[in-house]
Amino acid sequence: MITLYDYVLSGSCYKIRLFLSLIGQDYEARPVDYYPGGEHKTPEFLELNPLGQIPVLQDGAVTLRDAQAILVYLAGKYDAARTWYPEDPETQGAIAMWLSFAGGEIMNSSAARLHDMLFYDFDIDKVRAAAHAAFRVLDDHLTDREIDGGDWIVGDDPTIADIACFPYVALGGDGGILLDDYHAIRRWMSRLKKLPGFTVMPGIHAA
Amino acid sequence: MAKTTDSVALNDWQAVGNVAEIASGKRRNTRLLGQDIIVEMDGDRPRMFETNAAGGMGKEHPAQILYGHVWTTLGTPAKPPIDMPEFQEDGRRLVSCGAVTVRASPLRIVENFLDMSHFPYVHTGILGEEPITEVTDYKFEIRQPDDELWATECSFFQPQAAASAEGGQVSEYMYRVSSPFVTVLYKTCPAVEGAWDLVGIFVQPRDEGACDVHTFMLVFDDVSTYADLVHFQHEIFLQDRSILENQLPVGLPLSPKHETAIRADGSSMLYRRWLRWKGLTFGTFQDDEDSQAA
Repeated sequence: MITLYDYVLSGSCYKIRLFLSLIGQDYEARPVDYYPGGEHKTPEFLELNPLGQIPVLQDGAVTLRDAQAILVYLAGKYDAARTWYPEDPETQGAIAMWLSFAGGEIMNSSAARLHDMLFYDFDIDKVRAAAHAAFRVLDDHLTDREIDGGDWIVGDDPTIADIACFPYVALGGDGGILLDDYHAIRRWMSRLKKLPGFTVMPGIHAA
Repeated sequence: MAKTTDSVALNDWQAVGNVAEIASGKRRNTRLLGQDIIVEMDGDRPRMFETNAAGGMGKEHPAQILYGHVWTTLGTPAKPPIDMPEFQEDGRRLVSCGAVTVRASPLRIVENFLDMSHFPYVHTGILGEEPITEVTDYKFEIRQPDDELWATECSFFQPQAAASAEGGQVSEYMYRVSSPFVTVLYKTCPAVEGAWDLVGIFVQPRDEGACDVHTFMLVFDDVSTYADLVHFQHEIFLQDRSILENQLPVGLPLSPKHETAIRADGSSMLYRRWLRWKGLTFGTFQDDEDSQAA
């Protein structure tokens, strides 16, 4: 059985919950008292993930940290059709680029949210500006894709690149990052919300 | 904004932090009613200071510990904080769910807490589910001598009424508002026949349009883990947050002309009147006509 060390308000954990729901894969959630308990910084949890971050996924002998790494693993192992992480190197390279973007630049939106919601000490103007810069890059890319007839970040079908980028874009408002000016992003989000098996989290509403 | 001049808000006790978090050595730099403050523990003794111009400790104000939180005031309260004798009962678990900042009037947080009609739409599959959307009649009153607002005989069908609930149940509710920013609900306990679980929010008014919401549960539940209980509460509260942040106007209108008159909103109507009778202005909506009338 797959075990997901999970926090209900984490957009990174939601990436995994959402993907497992989209591919119809059962799992067991193990709630982590992230806030206010700080369980992810306890010795027991650090043994699981020395970075002290969620999510962590266990599947038999496999233990993985990092939402993007977990998506790669789950798509390779449990998506028999291999549409979410296709096997050709060109597509994989493009997906890896956007996975890195999801775990990098887009996380400025997470920082803004943690600042505004849970008292984290970030320079709020700086992280909001960086999040807007990242959203602009994604919006331009999605606009180009639409011009070429594409609905998704990479290729003809939704991939784990879409799932990795989606949560902290959709949660932008929680950190005071409004999406009004990102028209291609908003159209992409509404397409994603219509996928069979789509599931919500607090702050992200159904289509 | 600077410290409010609203004497009703000033002369009241407000929760400003979770004792466990402050006790662990983290001095809390926060804000109350437009005033920057510092909250800290001196051994077992809580202390609160206004933050002075240099960022250091200015004027000290009274502080006390109750219900796992530090309570303080910038004024001279006429009555003590809410009395909840249930905290002395054996077998209950206190779950302090931490504070969450919301960019909304503190009064809107309380009003939303009192509202059952949004359960099926905002807390779908947990506190309600379509097509069962009707709020049945309930009673609401101001109780003296404590000057508290109570709504009783409330009931609602809930698919997942509590972390430990298995299957749906019709939950009975009582709501109690003891002061403008402090409210608690009593709710059918799925685990113990005839008992009430308590879920409460202590809203710390930072500014007219911003607050920290301290939530707790005091429940009979030997099954759920602590994290299960915290997640249950966080999921519900954060479902409300994005909606609360988008409500307009930011301040809560108290004038009768803004009142909704449907029966399901009875407790909201009474809450707004009660605030008006008290003369509270902090976090309220003041349009030109209202100010002239005042």
